[in-house]
Amino acid sequence: MPHINLPEGLPGISSGFAFRPETAKPMRELAHILLHGPNTLTPAERELIATYVSSRNDCYFCQTSHGAAAAAHLGKDAGLVEQIKHNLETANISDKMKALLNIAGKVQKGGKQVTADDVAMARDLGATDTEIHDTVLIAAAFSMYNRYVDGLATWQPEDPAMYAAMGERLARDGYIMPSAKP
Amino acid sequence: MAHIKLPEGMPGIRGAMAFRPETARPLNDLVEVLLHAPNSLTVGERELIATYVSSENDCFYCQTIHGAVAAAALNDDHSLVAQVKRDFLAAEISEKMKALLNIAGKVQKGGKHVAPRDVEMAKEQGATDTEIHDTVLIAAAFCMFNRYVDGLGTWQPRDEAPYRERGKRIAEDGYVKMSREYLPAEPATR
Repeated sequence: MPHINLPEGLPGISSGFAFRPETAKPMRELAHILLHGPNTLTPAERELIATYVSSRNDCYFCQTSHGAAAAAHLGKDAGLVEQIKHNLETANISDKMKALLNIAGKVQKGGKQVTADDVAMARDLGATDTEIHDTVLIAAAFSMYNRYVDGLATWQPEDPAMYAAMGERLARDGYIMPSAKP
Repeated sequence: MAHIKLPEGMPGIRGAMAFRPETARPLNDLVEVLLHAPNSLTVGERELIATYVSSENDCFYCQTIHGAVAAAALNDDHSLVAQVKRDFLAAEISEKMKALLNIAGKVQKGGKHVAPRDVEMAKEQGATDTEIHDTVLIAAAFCMFNRYVDGLGTWQPRDEAPYRERGKRIAEDGYVKMSREYLPAEPATR
């Protein structure tokens, strides 16, 4: 049961958003720019970073919904999403993405964990300053979203079909409008 | 030196926000609602939560600037701010605030650390659902801001005097107004 009286029937973060629309608005806008707005990193790559951090933070709702959005962007390749979460080194992604995920993993532990070497490695593999900035901020932002979702003990149903449909909607429409329906 | 090429002369989060105004806008909008907009928790109380979490995350810039805003909102009581960071249970704050800081400390470790008993204690001391919600979200948001500021290796000057000066202005004007100093003018369509 959620720690506070959240609107019923809305899963995960959507219940927190419905409870407090004033904070929902900038939180949705931030996710939209980071994950869905124009970027040299593809939406799939950015959703993978969000999924990876959410998995490291053990947030079921966030890793499942963003994993579904990543899979939707990747032509329903849920296998790659699972690999990123559990076996990053052997995943079939670019070395640049591996270097960015390494940075994201450091940010998840704490900002000071990111070293000059981590950043140099990403840059050597072609990452731009904006891509490094956005990787750090996506990882930092999911350190917020994950804590928000679990810190309120939101309802997080385990219904694969619901998350698959949510992933399709998020991949298509982004985050500005309410898209998580039960 | 910062990990990426940030605009020079702007410490902490300001350099990062000037680098990427698109993400700076919702970040400032969020912190404005959480810390400055009308709320049944005072500005001083909310800034203390932000300061405490930033201190637990060992982010010098964030704990110093938000500690300065908190002190500005609390009759310049810098020793109270220091006491909350050191041991909030021994600080001269309400039992409700102690229960909310306990929740914030749990969120800082991870969302699942918040136990039903932590929330019950806050409710027994009179905390409303919205106050508990905002405490959880302030703590969560500062786990983002702290990681953003340190994860980019931003410049964080050690002299506390400029932080205190700016803290007073933030306590007065809030975050969105202050951000106009370093962000380009809003597009007319927005």
